[in-house]
This record gives sequence, structure tokens and C-alpha cells, in this order.
Amino acid sequence: MSTPTKTPLVPFDDALTRYEPVMGLEVHVELGTRTKMFCGCATEFGAEPNTQVCPVCLGLPGALPVVNAKAVESAIRIGLALNCEIAEWCRFARKNYFYPDQPKNFQTSQYDEPIAFDGYTDVEVDGEVYRIEIERAHMEEDTGKSLHVGGATGRIHGADHSLLDYNRAGIPLIEIVTRTIEVPGDKAPAVARAYVNQLRDLMLALGVSDARMDQGSLRADVNLSLKPTGSSTLGTRSETKNVNSFRSVERAVRYEVGRHAGILDAGQKVVQETRHFHESDGSTSSGREKSDAEDYRYFPEPDLAPVAPSRAWVDELRGTLPEPPSERRKRLQAEWEFSDLDMRDTIGAGALELIVATVEAGAAPQAARKWWLGELARRSNDTGVDLAALPITPAQVAGIQALIDAGKINDKLARDVFDGVLAGEGTPEEVVASRGLEVVSDDGALGEAVDRAIEANPDVADKIRDGKLQAAGALIGAVMKEMRGQADAGRVRELILEKLS
Amino acid sequence: MSSPLSREDVAHLASLARISLSEDELDRLGAELPAILDHVAAVQGVVESAGADVAPMSHPVPITNVFRADEPSPGLSRDEALSGAPASEEDRFLVPKILGEEA
Repeated sequence: MSTPTKTPLVPFDDALTRYEPVMGLEVHVELGTRTKMFCGCATEFGAEPNTQVCPVCLGLPGALPVVNAKAVESAIRIGLALNCEIAEWCRFARKNYFYPDQPKNFQTSQYDEPIAFDGYTDVEVDGEVYRIEIERAHMEEDTGKSLHVGGATGRIHGADHSLLDYNRAGIPLIEIVTRTIEVPGDKAPAVARAYVNQLRDLMLALGVSDARMDQGSLRADVNLSLKPTGSSTLGTRSETKNVNSFRSVERAVRYEVGRHAGILDAGQKVVQETRHFHESDGSTSSGREKSDAEDYRYFPEPDLAPVAPSRAWVDELRGTLPEPPSERRKRLQAEWEFSDLDMRDTIGAGALELIVATVEAGAAPQAARKWWLGELARRSNDTGVDLAALPITPAQVAGIQALIDAGKINDKLARDVFDGVLAGEGTPEEVVASRGLEVVSDDGALGEAVDRAIEANPDVADKIRDGKLQAAGALIGAVMKEMRGQADAGRVRELILEKLS
Repeated sequence: MSSPLSREDVAHLASLARISLSEDELDRLGAELPAILDHVAAVQGVVESAGADVAPMSHPVPITNVFRADEPSPGLSRDEALSGAPASEEDRFLVPKILGEEA
């Protein structure tokens, strides 16, 4: 079922010399409604298995679904935020398949009558704007969670049997499907990432989902094919499923470009199949081949009445939309007084909304930017965890900056505070207290350290006495070293100059 | 009367429905299914006589927008939920291993 012969992976830049990537992205957003799409079961994340289930979502005979009004409202608002048309009349459809993650043996979805269609959203990469056209956004329901038992890796191959938890089955999903995205090849990975990132930001602004890729409430499938440069013939595509971080979206595109190029270079054919993305090394592996088993035999759902949103309702919902992303970016850049470069880096790192929240929590924009794009971006890169998924909140970042502004800690100590907060040791204040990180600005302790530094460096002291004030740096350094970075550098400098004047 | 379905078509339908059919059954259903299709095709006549003004319905009652407020309602307890399952383990439904596909 996988590619007949293993062909080498072509380096991304090399592949772009003779092929152009053609992408499509399918993003599933799990709505944050209190109840499921078609029944009143709760949707709490992390509940005990099979405690949020009922005859409807278990597919028991005779159970009848009823549509969640809030989910329809959210679907319409998402559609409007993506500049879509909203259907005047549409239906649900049964997507038939045999797989135990849906106990009904079908998923209730929408087929040729999506609630929203023909939209677009503009994303920005390196200061350039790319329009991503939206083909459709439709309503459907999530599946249960499978646990494969007996296999070495918890995957399906080699498993003896599977265990199903249906708490997630029936939670409302909105599937957002782009039209074909054709951008300059070198930009494709970043555009894909920026698009998914923008959807996340939009979902948060709409308040319809917590849109957490790490928890699966925002999931991206990357469809990719290559065509020879200048050709208009589309190649065979692969569908990489459930890529679960922004960074992985980018990596999946790069990997698939290289893999397809290797196959095409060898004169072989790309197999149309789903592929699984592996976080560990950024590779993908063959899932299942798209065959006639993919014939879902959709038909209109006879248990549900059609959905016909009145134009008055749609207009009312249009009035509740957040600021469009491109206008929001412009306004924030002006308010924050960020340079174009600052702004580009902020957007590229997916830090825009994090900075918004940090500023709302009281930090200055430049300080917020410094931490998110510096210290925290570095940790995000080191660990492969998206910035937004790091275990630190914007309010905590603002809290650390407030401690700096109050003179309680300095930038160097702040890094230790970040360590502590990220390690789950509590609030910034708690970490400062438990790790003993507060700067020493008490003249008694500082004065003694300054005296020792002067004694140990008589020649430096002489220079300062002679008026060479820049030499004070060496003494400040000595004091900081002795006090393990916890001295108030400004006060140390004052004391040195007082003592040597 | 429509022409018989090919064995391949019948085998394909059977695999979609996860029904195992013998060679004899494939031949027999290849002949019988067109008769069933013809029977159902009588509905087409209704569409033609009703004309373009009458839209086909997928729901038995001509209503739209049957919604429910987003308010939680009690479902089944875990024991109730699992009581009808042929097998369960670790508070989950136990199903046989699934071959050839990946979750």
C-alpha cells in the first residue's frame, strides 16, 4: 500500500528548481459549545471515558438527533468571518463508513450543501499578502477516541483490539476547506502555517473555539501535489492528516514537496493516499490508500430538518464579527509603534494574539514582544512546542515584566523565573519567592560586596578615582558575579561611584 | 428493465456494505438488483408529473430550523452506556482489531 520503491527525499530548494507545489488545506475546528452537535451531552475536555454519552451519540436504535442552535450560529459567524456566502437553505448528509470511531456507522456531515461557501481570507508572510480562497465551511460532528491495545506503539498495526471512548463523538466540528493554493514555492510552507495560524486567531476572536492544536480542537490536513514548473497539469496529491502544531504544518509541506519530487524524479507515480505526520522527525508515512473504500455514499440526513438561516439572522450575526485580520494587524502595529520588521517577525512567530493578551495584562508592547520573540521563541524552537502551547500564559509574562518594572528582578533573573513558571512551579511571584530570585537592592549587603570588589581590583578602583567612570563596569560585573546576578545593577553602580569619588 | 449489474459492481457494493457474498449470490443479485432499481425508479415518474415547481424532500415534514438550545441534558451513566456492548475494558467499548486502516 505504500510507494512501490523507496525514492530519495529531494532537498526542498532543489525540488523547487523543477516543480511547483499546489496545496489545499482542510482545517477542522472543534466548537466550544457546551453540548454536542445533535444531543445535549456535555463536551468537557478530559472527562472520564464514556461519561458524556447518550443514545443519540452512541447511535442507539430509535434515537433522534436535534441540531444545536449555538453550533449553527458559530458556523455562520465563522463563514462570515471568512467572507463566505451563507446558504439560504442547506441540509445535513450521512457520510457512510465502517469504522468504530462513529458508532452510527456514518458521520453526520454536510455534502453538496455546505452552510458557508465561496469566501477568502488574506494572510501575511514576510510583509506580503496572500489571498487564500475558501471553497466551503461545513458543519459536522467529531468522532470518538480509539485506544489500540496490544501493539507496541499504541498504533493500530499489531494491535489485538481497540477500545473506544465516545465522549468526543458528536462534538460539533466545522470543516474549513480552501481552494487550491498556488503561491511561490518557497513561500508555500510559511503560507500554509500563516493560514492555519490565522484561522486559530480568528476562532479565538470569534469566541467559538479554544482552537488548540495541541489538544486537537484545531486540526489541519495538508493536501499537496507537485506540477512541473510552468506546466498546468496537476499531479497526484497526498493528504497528510492531523498535523497538530503550526510548526508541523510548515514541516509537513516541506517534507511532502521533497518526497513527491523524489518519486517524480525517479519516473514513478505518486500514490493518492492519506499520510501520517510524525512530530519526532518531521516525516510522513503511508496511511491508507484512497481506493473505492472511500465511496461514502452520501445521502441527505432524513432525521434532520433542513437549515435555512433567515437573512435577518445572518445580518444580525454579521454585526457580531470581530475586526478583520488585516485591519487588526494594521491597527495594532500603529498602536504598538512596531516597525514593519517587528510586525513581520511577530506575525511570522504566530505571536500576535499572545502579545495582544500580554499588553492587555499590563505589559508594554515592546516588552511583550521582547519576551515572546526572544526568550520564549527560543524555548519553543528548542522543544518543538508552538509558542501558544507553551505552559505559560500572557498574564504570567506580563506579571514577570511587572516584577522587572518594579525593580524586584532584572532581565537575567527573569530568565530563571520563566524556567520556573514553564516548569509548573507556580505564578511568577511564587517562583521568585521559592527560588529566592529577588534582586538585592539593600545597601547593607550591596555595600559589603562593593567593598570586596574594590579591594580585589585596586587598579580598576584607581582608574575610577581618576575619573575613568567606564571602568566601573568591571566592578559591577564582579559584584554581580559574587551575588549570582541578583544584585540591583543600577544601585551597585551608584554605590561604586559614591565610594570612589 | 435495466440490464443486469456486472459481478464487479455487485462485489463493490457488497464490500462497501461489508457483506460477504458467495459467487452464486453475486450472480443472482446482479440480476435481481436491477429489478429493485426499476421498482424504485417509479418515483421518477412522480417527479416528472409534479414538474419543476415541486422540490424533492429529504425530510418527511416541510419544516426547517428545528434547533435545540445549547443546554446540557443528562445522558447515560457509563454503566448504562456500556451495558449493551458485547465487550468492554477500561470503561471503554472493546472492538476487534481493525486491519488495513489507521485511525
